[in-house]
Amino acid sequence: MKTKVAEWQLLLYIAGQTPKSIKALSNIKKYAEEHLAGKYSIEIIDLLVSPQLAEGDQILAVPTLVRKFPEPIRKIIGDLSNEERVLVGLNIKPLK
Amino acid sequence: MSIKHQNEKFEFPKSPTGIEGLDEITDGGFPKGRPTLICGGAGCGKTLLAMQFIIRGITDHNEPGVFMSFEEPSDDLTLNVKSLGFDLEKLKKDKKLIVDHVRVERSEIEEAGEYDLDGLFVRLGYAIDTIGAKRVVLDTIESLFSGLSNQAILRAELRRLFHWLKQKGVTAIITGERGEATLTRQGLEEYVSDCVIILDHRVIEQVSTRRLRIVKYRGSTHGTNEYPFLIDQDGISVLPITSLKLDNEVSQDIVSTGVPGLDSMFERGGFYRGSNILVSGTAGTAKTTIASYFADEQCRKKEKTVYFAFEESPQQLIRNMKSIGIDLEPHVKKGYLQIHSSRPSLNGLELHLLTLRKLIKDFKPTTVIIDPISNLITVGSEHEVRSMLVRLIDMLKLNNITALFTSLNKTNESTRPDLSEESVSSLVDTWLTVRDLEGIGERNRGIYIIKSRGMGHSNQVREFVITGKGVKLMEVEFGPNGILTGTARRTNELKSKTSKMKLQSELERKDREIARKRKVLEANIEALRNEFESVEEELNVLKATEQLQKKVADEKNDIKARKK
Repeated sequence: MKTKVAEWQLLLYIAGQTPKSIKALSNIKKYAEEHLAGKYSIEIIDLLVSPQLAEGDQILAVPTLVRKFPEPIRKIIGDLSNEERVLVGLNIKPLK
Repeated sequence: MSIKHQNEKFEFPKSPTGIEGLDEITDGGFPKGRPTLICGGAGCGKTLLAMQFIIRGITDHNEPGVFMSFEEPSDDLTLNVKSLGFDLEKLKKDKKLIVDHVRVERSEIEEAGEYDLDGLFVRLGYAIDTIGAKRVVLDTIESLFSGLSNQAILRAELRRLFHWLKQKGVTAIITGERGEATLTRQGLEEYVSDCVIILDHRVIEQVSTRRLRIVKYRGSTHGTNEYPFLIDQDGISVLPITSLKLDNEVSQDIVSTGVPGLDSMFERGGFYRGSNILVSGTAGTAKTTIASYFADEQCRKKEKTVYFAFEESPQQLIRNMKSIGIDLEPHVKKGYLQIHSSRPSLNGLELHLLTLRKLIKDFKPTTVIIDPISNLITVGSEHEVRSMLVRLIDMLKLNNITALFTSLNKTNESTRPDLSEESVSSLVDTWLTVRDLEGIGERNRGIYIIKSRGMGHSNQVREFVITGKGVKLMEVEFGPNGILTGTARRTNELKSKTSKMKLQSELERKDREIARKRKVLEANIEALRNEFESVEEELNVLKATEQLQKKVADEKNDIKARKK
């Protein structure tokens, strides 16, 4: 498994199970399945559990989606309800 | 209960800032457990003030602090304040300080939908809880506005943040850039309204002055003026414009003026200790000389003296004073005298004042000389200079320091005060004026006392001369039209001397004549006596002859008779 690193590594920072974070998670899962099926990984970091991680990625707002890979790092904040902006932000070309 | 406690004065809880002067004007510090807004333009010292608040909290009050910087990275901050003598690394290691740099890069962030700033809350909360922080700085939180575009969310979140900080019970400083019409660009003052302080940086005639003003402070009294403040190697210090009361202690001690003869012009033989003396005069009237005499005298008595020379370098001053027989060098070497030379325009008035303040603290002088005080006028407006002098004099009086200022008159004619003097004259206790006494093609120096509070003094204008051996006050010489000086004095002296001599020789001549007359008389008497004697002798001879004839005749008769 080690050699097979996911092409798209996404991190989702949330602060507790708020409606916004739940919405964000379901949104990104939906987009990823749609556009990046099979080549992505999503890690969820709850800052309430591990607040020390907030500094590393310069997290201010939650929820924040961080594209760790491919570089450069991109950040998208909000509940990700605006699909177009998320895709632009992640630099995924819509298949449509 | 309430009646019982009525007598106890309620004290608003405050966090001392540890910044010199600021605690005085805020009456104890920033509001404890509440946010304080500090706003001002670029480069007025917001970050430094905030940093000093945190560091002093740690070092002086053992209150750990969190510094959340939205502008400078932690390393830069560390380096920047290191030059001010703050070692952030050590404090960080001791778990007293957390510096967190929050970077907001618009290009990296895409906004898609609703969000909140819980991430920031979490970070801040985590930092506060890690070290048990009591003090928090957010510098400059307005940067968020440039990084995030949804203002509605930001504003709501900031309001929540400040509320949350209050709940946390931390004393917070929030800094903000000054806006056009509002105190801060984003109107933060709407949210942080417990205490607002404005910093300002003004340049007037090429000299910059920083000022601080407390706009509001809920629940506490505070100074309302604009207070100048300084940033120097020890950080920020605020200078209250005037001390509140005039209740300094006064001394009965007398300090000598050092100038031979001048002491006698004062009833008690000198100045009161702790008083302020102003020596004013036009150029070249030996103000500096008098000041040096005073310095020399104090140093001889082993009193610490500080000499501020705004015109000459220490070396030059020492050399020049040597030429009139005052050697200041040994005093400097022994540590009784410190000479500070700088151009007045080197820095603003406040920094001069602060230098003095520091010196007083460190060196503890009993005498301060400022030569000349009028040069400071070039630095600021009259009003500013006056307010600075008031503070200066207050400070000196408070420390019972005898101070001598010299002041240069611009006009030659008037004996009345000049601009610089006017601003000082009412503040000083003793005022001496040295002036040129011009007449018949020469210039002489005269000194007189305009006022001397609490001491009788001479009303005469005393002439003095400066020779290689120093200053000498001449004895007063009265002429037919008043006091004589210079050549007139010498002429007068000469005249009286010659007339005295003339009289003397006349007397001698008369004496001799009488002697001669007596001799003649005696000779005459002798001659008469001789004549008399010769006449007498003649008479005697005649008498003898007659007797002889008679005798002869008698004898003849006798013979005749016997013959009969």
